[in-house]
Amino acid sequence: MKTFFVVLGASIAFFLTVAMFGTAGWERPPLATTQNGFRGTGMDQIHTREAVAEARAANAAPAPAEPAEEGGDLAGQTYENVKVLSGLTTNEFNRLMVSMTEWVAPEQGCTYCHNTENMADDSLYQKRVARRMLQMTQHINSDWKANHVGGTGVTCYTCHRGQPVPANIWFTDPGPARPGGFIARNNGQNLAKPSVGLASLPYDTLTEYLADKSIDNSAIRVNATTALPTSKGKPIQDAEKTFGLMIHMAEGLGVNCTFCHNTRAVADWSQSTPQRTTAWHGIRMVRDINGNFMEPLTSTFPRNRLGTLGDVPKVNCTTCHNGQSKPLNGVPVVDAYPALTKVTVADGAKAPEAAPAQVPAVPGTPAAPSAPQP
Amino acid sequence: MAYYQNIFTEVQVRPVVPELGIPLASGSSRWGKPFNSYLFGLIGNSQVGPIYIGYLGALSFACGLIAFEIIGLNMWASVNWDPVQFVRQLPWLALEPPRPQYGLRVLPPLAEGGWWLIAGFFLTASVLLWWLRLFRRAKALGLGYHVPWAFASAIWLFLVLGFIRPVLMGSWSEAVPFGIFPHLDWTAAFSLRYGNLFYNPFHMLSIVFLYGSTLLFAMHGGTILAVSRFGGEREIDQIVDRGTATERAALFWRWTMGFNATMESIHRWAWWFAVLTTLTGGIGILLTGTVVDNWYLWAVKHGVAPSYPQVFGPIVDPLSQPGGTP
Repeated sequence: MKTFFVVLGASIAFFLTVAMFGTAGWERPPLATTQNGFRGTGMDQIHTREAVAEARAANAAPAPAEPAEEGGDLAGQTYENVKVLSGLTTNEFNRLMVSMTEWVAPEQGCTYCHNTENMADDSLYQKRVARRMLQMTQHINSDWKANHVGGTGVTCYTCHRGQPVPANIWFTDPGPARPGGFIARNNGQNLAKPSVGLASLPYDTLTEYLADKSIDNSAIRVNATTALPTSKGKPIQDAEKTFGLMIHMAEGLGVNCTFCHNTRAVADWSQSTPQRTTAWHGIRMVRDINGNFMEPLTSTFPRNRLGTLGDVPKVNCTTCHNGQSKPLNGVPVVDAYPALTKVTVADGAKAPEAAPAQVPAVPGTPAAPSAPQP
Repeated sequence: MAYYQNIFTEVQVRPVVPELGIPLASGSSRWGKPFNSYLFGLIGNSQVGPIYIGYLGALSFACGLIAFEIIGLNMWASVNWDPVQFVRQLPWLALEPPRPQYGLRVLPPLAEGGWWLIAGFFLTASVLLWWLRLFRRAKALGLGYHVPWAFASAIWLFLVLGFIRPVLMGSWSEAVPFGIFPHLDWTAAFSLRYGNLFYNPFHMLSIVFLYGSTLLFAMHGGTILAVSRFGGEREIDQIVDRGTATERAALFWRWTMGFNATMESIHRWAWWFAVLTTLTGGIGILLTGTVVDNWYLWAVKHGVAPSYPQVFGPIVDPLSQPGGTP
């Protein structure tokens, strides 16, 4: 009897141990730590050398295209309907178009955006989106240069990575269907969602904090700034949302909390690292991108490119960073493409055109279902 | 009738006639036919039952069951009654308290936290009834009230978290959700919201008593098991009639650290450490948000938190600078 129970207990323990090793996502030692704060504060970045090497290999920046021949006519004179890049020489323009194809639609080719019968035709939604994305790239590389992207800059490849739709985009998550009635709502949390690193924190925190360009600048801040209460503070629910956003940022950048914060006082700027300032501006940049570039494209995209709620695909930290604190290993990708570093068409005047009443069928893309254009 | 007293023994004692304990006052009875279990015998007494239920026990169980059902069914409903998702996501699921806008409303809509209040009411009723039952059973057996008072200390922390502090803060939303991971994430968020709970002196005390409890438990348990070959597990005998087990246990600690507890005082050490863990913890939670809003800043103000040299240039809040964003 006793032997039976000993064997039973030991085998259960054995199988649980095996299951734990197989499912919990452990990292194999040795772990390396990089100190990034004063000694004894625990401000360390913990990683394995294999994982870092893997991430470096997976995030290799593509080689820039050969420089274009100098001189020649401007693209605006050579081609019709060039709106954003009309100031480039035709050679430079063609070089950028070839690079864009490599970055965004290497398999689909020119026809992903262009009607090859008439390259100037704007009937494909991809072309209208791409034009707006060019403006966005110029905007990021010029207006966000000082505060976030620096001299590294971004190209289409930073997000797209050779895919027409970047892998790391997100939509508003309405959560599971609720039976309704008097059944308790889940507060938009308490499900195993990757958006918050499988914590039970609010899983749609990005919609509030990254999709709303006019949100109060202090919305993420939940700590009191005085030791003793002076007024009604923010509820714990807000702290959970901020916590969820911070998990997203840490996962998106492949870093620990201490990359930016001294965690004994997460809110205190004077003890933070310079990266926190960059990240702070990054949050504003993402709101700017989502609010001023993606959101207005809602009616340009066909329904099958939109989320379940009909919302536009949006960007977050992972979209560019893809698990690295510096996207594409920090290679200054924009150096070879000066056309992408300055805004050539004043913004605001160039709101994207709404989709034509009849969305033309696009080769290689499933036709939009009969769902109404939101 | 001979009594067999033991804490842990490899020998399972199986009386021919089940041991029924002292006679009861007329009108009450114990429930269940006693039997011997091999598995229970491995970890304690092999005799199971009879159990005294009484109206307090029955009420407490019923209230606990109601709370359990409300929480569990709402969790199941939150994955749209999907049984597979219910099992997969169970550690993540929760019944959340009302949102802040409902303040201290006695019964917000059921979907908006009403169920949480009802479940909380029944769970609290269950716990309090169980406390009363512990007290009355201790009295019936002519015991001291050490166990009920120790349980009361745990109930204090439970009530502070779920009732007293939310009332003082003016909102049920300040209370803890019912759920496995959610209550842990709530705890982390609570510490983040109030500027790091580790700087809360009562949290410090609670940790001291919690870790101290485990240390004392290991020391005491180890000592008694080590002297059980001399009959040391018969602690009560040893208190009354000190034998070689007690002598050796005492000598062991006096020789290794110069001081030893007695067979009697070690239990006071353990009892107070356990009781003070939740007592001080409850005080720490009660002060958080009500009289202290940021424990880190509080610790700086009172010279508790050290300052470290700046390793980076001065980092300033971008919001405090004009033109922080383009």
